[in-house]
Amino acid sequence: MLQLSGNNDRPEATLAELRKGDAGVLDRIDLPAEEARRLMELGFLPGARIIAGLSAPGGDPRVFQVDGSEIALRRETALRLKIRPDRKVAKLHKTSRLETASRTR
Amino acid sequence: MSDCGNCRNCGPAPAIEFPSSGPGNAVRQVSVALVGPPNSGKTTLFNRLTGLRQKVANFPGVTVEQHTGEAELPDGRSIRIIDLPGIYSMAPRSEDEQVAHDVLTGKRADTPKPQAILLVLDSTNLGRHLMLAAPILALGVPTLIILNMADDLHGRGGHLDAAELSAQLGAPVALISARQGDGIGQVFDFLAGAMPAPAPRELPVLHDVPKCREWAGRVGNEAKYHAPLPPVWTRRLDSVFLHPIAGPLVFLAVVVGVFQTIFTAAVPLMDGVHWLFDVSGAWLASALPPSIFRSLLIEGVWSGVGSVIVFLPQVLLLFLFLGILEDSGYLARAALIADRTMARVGLQGKSFIPLLSAYACAVPAILATRTIENKRDRTATILIAPFMTCSARLPVYTLIIAAFIPNQMLFGFLNARAASLLALYALGFLVAVATARALKSSILKSGHTSFLLEMPSYRWPTLQSIGLRLYDRSKIFLRRAGTVILLVTVVLWIAAHLPTHNGHAPPIGESFAGMVGHAIEPAIKPLGFNWKIGIGLITSLAARETIIGTMGAIYGMDPASRSQDLQHALRQDLTLGGAIAVLVFFAFTMQCVSTIAVVRRETGGWKWPIAQFAYMGVLAYAGAFLAAHLIR
Repeated sequence: MLQLSGNNDRPEATLAELRKGDAGVLDRIDLPAEEARRLMELGFLPGARIIAGLSAPGGDPRVFQVDGSEIALRRETALRLKIRPDRKVAKLHKTSRLETASRTR
Repeated sequence: MSDCGNCRNCGPAPAIEFPSSGPGNAVRQVSVALVGPPNSGKTTLFNRLTGLRQKVANFPGVTVEQHTGEAELPDGRSIRIIDLPGIYSMAPRSEDEQVAHDVLTGKRADTPKPQAILLVLDSTNLGRHLMLAAPILALGVPTLIILNMADDLHGRGGHLDAAELSAQLGAPVALISARQGDGIGQVFDFLAGAMPAPAPRELPVLHDVPKCREWAGRVGNEAKYHAPLPPVWTRRLDSVFLHPIAGPLVFLAVVVGVFQTIFTAAVPLMDGVHWLFDVSGAWLASALPPSIFRSLLIEGVWSGVGSVIVFLPQVLLLFLFLGILEDSGYLARAALIADRTMARVGLQGKSFIPLLSAYACAVPAILATRTIENKRDRTATILIAPFMTCSARLPVYTLIIAAFIPNQMLFGFLNARAASLLALYALGFLVAVATARALKSSILKSGHTSFLLEMPSYRWPTLQSIGLRLYDRSKIFLRRAGTVILLVTVVLWIAAHLPTHNGHAPPIGESFAGMVGHAIEPAIKPLGFNWKIGIGLITSLAARETIIGTMGAIYGMDPASRSQDLQHALRQDLTLGGAIAVLVFFAFTMQCVSTIAVVRRETGGWKWPIAQFAYMGVLAYAGAFLAAHLIR
């Protein structure tokens, strides 16, 4: 298991809880090292801001905007990506779009 | 910037001296590898550089496709370009990535270590893609960093200083758009050794992904990289294509639309090809003196091979649609929509793309399963791929449907023939799904399968890449018609003309071919098939569409006769139930030697292909039996 930052005492929020337009900051990936590595190569790095996007009908899998790309994850994978809430990002989709742009500057 | 210098894993500085400029290299052709992450536009650039001078083969010993081509420099020299499978890093996970890794590091005996590398990165997503630059440059091979999709970058308000990036990386950088052709000249300059190279620089090769990303971000900042705004049009289109209600409807409309067009728009083209064969056959018949040879040529070759080639327009239309769907980026959305369904049977969205290509042909589809890392998922996908309606079944379906299903409208908008075709496609799909479910809940049960699917931005497919695809497919289809099908038709013609009675060919029923047909008739009688269909079933073991050529030859068609005659003849021999039985039979059987061979190679033995052939055969027989008895 790959642990990138500690703090296991409280129940954590996961990517799976984000609704469309919500954002969160990735805290750690609770997956075997190899799978975690591939996710990180795609931009799911601890500290990265992730915005939930559209999904397949029924909400699974969902597309996540991360590091300039859009990556679809199944709910079962999203559940393993622990996040901390990101207050800086408003819930509006439009705002999050601007955030994506300014973040990369 | 500081920990770069302290890093223990520092690679050697890349030597920027193009080998072809040396005098000793004139004899051997320079080979250059094209590397990059998936979705970086690598293949578009490859097509741009090589055009029609490319070929597809397999790397020896493995099943990874090797695309090579020749790029001709302005001075007339030609350079061999290898398009390697997409990689995210130099830490390979799938066999595809392993091959790319091994070629780059010179570990493959069959492929010489490339003398130069073209590293293709997506300039609209540079932060992430730049992570690949350090390990590639550390290989010490002269490398051109190609920042592709410059048109998108600028169009969406992004920019970067290519000269500064080049200085930062210690390697030449070209900002290009492979789709538009902008900046391709720089790539040719590099290949010709005419590109000025900056002072080499030591780069950190970091095995830790967060540190690597940090480094990439810093380099990007130094190069004044300004990420583009999110693609507005992609968001807009996705809000429709991934809409909870509109999305699935569009998906359905696309699928139905494709089949309807394949059935209707192909007709005039097919009539055209048919006319060409009629005219040329008639001309040949009049030009040649009557002889055994003329009879073989006209009745065997022309009518046999010709009746298969007639279906080329239809096959090409199918590939045209598949190509547009893939190149535009819609296919990834379709995989997303389909993932839930795939998950229900224990598979994943990644199986969707090979399965969709199986609608064209099971062979490339089975090769495409290499991207599925989970071995059990992969085997399950290989085993169900031949149930997808491949383009070789299309001619068989088309012929039987045109002969037996009236050309009328259902519910005022759906052509009955298109609906039958769609039903056959659905039948194959449903049986595949049921089979997958059975496999995945028993012998191929596997644990967690993670699903990662990148959604590329929507792009207009280019004429060149679609054109090259169709050109490739035509070549494969015609080669098959010219080899396997030609051989089978000739053998059949001989078997149908022997033994001779007083120097004359026997009636077909008394020929060797007829004897074989009569011999298996008891076995296929319950399906409503007679001995003539039986001969067709045997010859179609080589390739499904061969049955058409066979039936054409058996009915002793005059070369000048039209397709209607084959349909007429079939109507004499088959009841509606029997015709449906033929369709069901072909929906299920694994009548294709190429598929059997590729499954054997992919699964590493005879166990799976034999089990698969037997399973599909039993299913075909049972299905045809039911159809023949339920439909009268």
